Amino acid sequence: MGRMDDHSDDVPPPAVEAIALTKRFGDVLAVDGVSFAIAPGEIFGLIGPNGAGKSTLIKIFTTLLPPSAGIARVAGFDVVGEAAQVRRQIGYVPQLVSADGALTGYENLLLSTRLYAVPRRERRQRIDNALSVMGLTDAADRLVQHYSGGMIRRLEIAQAMLHRPAVLFLDEPTVGLDPVARRSVWDHVRQLRAALHTSLVITTHYMEEADEMCDRIAVLHNGRIEQIGSPAELKAPLGPGATLDDVFAHLTGAEIESGGTYREVRRTRADARKHS
Amino acid sequence: MKSDAPAPTRGSTHELSIGVRANETLWQIFAVADAEVRKLRHDPMELFTRAVQPVLWLVLFGEVMAQIRGLNGGTVPYLDFLAAGILAQSVLFAAIFYGISAIWERDLGVLHRYLVSPAPRIALVTGKAISSGIRGLSQAVVVYLLALVLGVSLKIEVAPMLGVIALIALGSALFSTLSLIIACLVKSRERFMGIGQVVTMPIFFASNAIYPIDLMPPWLRAVAHANPLTYEVDGLRALMLEGGASAFGLVADFGVLLGTTAVLLVIAARLYPRMVA
Repeated sequence: MGRMDDHSDDVPPPAVEAIALTKRFGDVLAVDGVSFAIAPGEIFGLIGPNGAGKSTLIKIFTTLLPPSAGIARVAGFDVVGEAAQVRRQIGYVPQLVSADGALTGYENLLLSTRLYAVPRRERRQRIDNALSVMGLTDAADRLVQHYSGGMIRRLEIAQAMLHRPAVLFLDEPTVGLDPVARRSVWDHVRQLRAALHTSLVITTHYMEEADEMCDRIAVLHNGRIEQIGSPAELKAPLGPGATLDDVFAHLTGAEIESGGTYREVRRTRADARKHS
Repeated sequence: MKSDAPAPTRGSTHELSIGVRANETLWQIFAVADAEVRKLRHDPMELFTRAVQPVLWLVLFGEVMAQIRGLNGGTVPYLDFLAAGILAQSVLFAAIFYGISAIWERDLGVLHRYLVSPAPRIALVTGKAISSGIRGLSQAVVVYLLALVLGVSLKIEVAPMLGVIALIALGSALFSTLSLIIACLVKSRERFMGIGQVVTMPIFFASNAIYPIDLMPPWLRAVAHANPLTYEVDGLRALMLEGGASAFGLVADFGVLLGTTAVLLVIAARLYPRMVA
């Protein structure tokens, strides 16, 4: 299925690939000539202050936003020219709430199997399996509006994985969750990934989470990649005992204090309220 | 996961994929419509609030206007004439605000989930339109019951009633899709509410819903002839009422509604992804 134009037959295409990728909103360069590649099966973190371009990058790779210039590919497919193929290869858990609160957990999953054209004879089994892996079997027939924040996130991850995507994009999956729910979300993500060998692209503001989960991390600032490498590689230049928080502060400067725009604050807080 | 895929020859892949694609798309349309109907089953409140409007119009407006005898229903009494118009009107008034739910879904994040799926955009908006069509049917039930109580002479026969169901579903699909297009253009709830009001009034009053087109000055008559609601009401009068007749012919009525809905769906499918951009 994946195209191999630019690669030899033995090497699969990168799970995600950006070449001089640029996104402009009016005069603002949200993403400024970014290039990187993510290997199949890799867990890749995108960190950076609000407005650094993390969500814009994810929106480009999930076909929601066309790039202004440059190339973006998922599993070898171009997000502009081959959007339909890209959509079959990806799962996306947006920062916002993507599970429908007026449906039950089971109905949300059923909707996804139908949208992704999972063969009918496999639907029931995949849904049951997803519910059990995510610890939601007992809640399957309850309306999602009565779920806790952690349960909603787990359901959203389940519904984004039913079609076994090559890449799963998680945009701030633990924002607004208490520490116990955060841990449970990451444990479930790990379990799912171990079973399906999916590549993960994660954005988060929690540096310890990024440190613990990611094989490699890109630090974004003003639409550019300031640094890219394993958590250990990023921390090493700052001396022993350095944390990823130190790396973040070092690379992005004072903007760690800015805390986002009105719109972002409203959204994050509304989310936090919903998830509590 | 890539190695599981069989490797058929090029020609057969192509033939297969057209059939499979079409089948997939039908399922995707069904998936969207089914999800909406399930939501309605979980919380049927909307069906009751939808029922209020036609009751008010028929009982308050209709009863009084029928007394005045200032308006002439043509071949049928004015209250009968009005019953069909109010059915179409109440469906219009509910459908024209359908777009707000798309803005709501965008604000929540549910819309993102639909747009990153491989379902073609036309399947998504068609599924939404069908669900709106189904919602509109509840109002037909209310208007029929009320009309019977008020002594309107309804045609209670299977074929015409199926025709009424089809017209109501089509009308609701048409105006909800128009509403979705407006939502895609204005993108915010506040602006949408304002425009929704502005759009509804001319559609309602520049139609044959509550008075015959013959009463209108020529320019307004021309507007009414270009208004899909006119054809919906025209078809409803012919199919609902004992002694009712269609001015344009049922084929024209259905043709205009189907054609307009199809055009609007294509436009909506193009604009839908803009909601998240």
